Amino acid sequence: MQIYLPIAEVSINAFLLLGLGGVVGFLSGMFGVGGGFLITPLLLFIGVPPGVAVATGANQVVASSISGVLVQMKRKAVDFRMGLVLLGGGFAGSFIGVQVFAWMTALGQIDLFVQLSYVLFLGLIGGMMFMESARALLRARRAGAAAPIRRSHIHTWVHGLPLKMKFRASGLYISVLPPAAIGAAVGFLSAIMGVGGGFILVPAMIYLLGMPTRVVVGTSLFQIIFVTGFTTIMHAINSQTVDMLLAFLLILGGVIGAQIGARLSTRLKAEQLRILLAILVLTVSFKIALDLLLQPAELFTVTPGLLP
Amino acid sequence: MIRALILLLALVSPALGNEALVSGLSQNRVQITANFDGSEILIYGAVKRDAPPPEGPPLAVIVTVEGPSTGLVIRRKEKVAGIWLNRSSVTVDAAPSFYAVATTDKLPAILSETEDLRHHITIPQVIRAVGISDEAENAPEFIAALERIRLDESRYRIAERSVQLADETLFRTDVALPANLTEGNYKVRLFILRGGKVLDTQERLIGVRKAGLERFLFNLAHQQPLLYGVLSLLMAAFAGWAASAAFRYIRT
Repeated sequence: MQIYLPIAEVSINAFLLLGLGGVVGFLSGMFGVGGGFLITPLLLFIGVPPGVAVATGANQVVASSISGVLVQMKRKAVDFRMGLVLLGGGFAGSFIGVQVFAWMTALGQIDLFVQLSYVLFLGLIGGMMFMESARALLRARRAGAAAPIRRSHIHTWVHGLPLKMKFRASGLYISVLPPAAIGAAVGFLSAIMGVGGGFILVPAMIYLLGMPTRVVVGTSLFQIIFVTGFTTIMHAINSQTVDMLLAFLLILGGVIGAQIGARLSTRLKAEQLRILLAILVLTVSFKIALDLLLQPAELFTVTPGLLP
Repeated sequence: MIRALILLLALVSPALGNEALVSGLSQNRVQITANFDGSEILIYGAVKRDAPPPEGPPLAVIVTVEGPSTGLVIRRKEKVAGIWLNRSSVTVDAAPSFYAVATTDKLPAILSETEDLRHHITIPQVIRAVGISDEAENAPEFIAALERIRLDESRYRIAERSVQLADETLFRTDVALPANLTEGNYKVRLFILRGGKVLDTQERLIGVRKAGLERFLFNLAHQQPLLYGVLSLLMAAFAGWAASAAFRYIRT
């Protein structure tokens, strides 16, 4: 069943869009990532114009994140206080990111900049997560079922910083500065890459802040709702590229997928979950790197609109 | 003076010739609704004359359908330090978003180059690109690439021998408009020719408009962007909540 999308101005099979939303929603619920880094390349692949793909992808991520966060809230696995601190930093970072984005656009190399950011950050974070979780899995196997117990108090320089705050849900008593800085970095990257930033936030919360994996997914989703919501509104106002009909179909598939994913994630061990996410992130990074390195079949591209 | 008059008469007489064009379209409005999946337009016509068809080269018919034009940028990738990136670009002032040519015979056989230049019939003639040679070396390569890419996407089409002509009088052709149509006025041009020369032409318009829900969403997005953005978020929030509520209900 073909359906004509009013803003994208293309006609696409409705079931394809439902399925696409479902797969991305499933991953979103399972790993606590928004799925923006998957949905945008996939929409481009099926012929949606880039501007519409980025903006509408953000809108779809809002819905699947809300659906996922509600499941996590029932499990009391959302650290709201941490989420708000991350968000504060996130808006500041996003504001700076938008300025840099405009500057790179004026230089005419925004495509390359976005692609390089994808390869660099997805590759780096995917690689780090893969190594760490593979080591954890091996260790668990060698030592029988007894994995090392995570100590709740490892005192590093992070704990010497001022403005300490209690994060009860995470069992942490640390300065607000590191989470605010991480939030800012993620906000910056999400403005440039057009993603929610979950794939950066999740490992950052685990490895840099030492939050328990149990609350990481819910807290990440909580923060993503607001960052992508902000992005959606900005795109709707600035470029009118949010396609509500496209978003509706993606969301319909996505919310169902997110529910299934969130339920399934409780059956898997934290290490298994992390290694799967690492493989997914590395695959996307590898694909984008190939696009940059291999000679494209068509050297020319046509973009409607005049150069400024 | 007399010589000039004779020359003028000689120039005008083929155009005055006793063959004229009458034509019609199966529809002059296309409405894009949610389940729009392309549309086929029947273009038909006849040649009106007061005498039997003249001797000499056979009659030929060319029909073109042209979508609204936009400016565009063509970029070429080059390898720099092992990475393929956009290096040179060319700006085209106006190129149609859709262009279809249907003819009774091979184009070079029925259309002379001068007539093509005058009436802008073939694809290179409808792409308006002035002064591009200043922007990049071998600029014509960029225009050729534009033509190639749009032919691949079926945005541009050349259908030679797809116009059926009966008794040098009646003709008809079908032009399929694709599903990814841009809104606007589509210009239909009809030409009758003999020996490469255009005898008569006609121009008609097909209005392509969004309708129903498509119209409503498009207008809202452009006239009330903030409201539209907030509505999109509310829709997302409601869908997210509804799905989680529905699954909880199923479980209990």
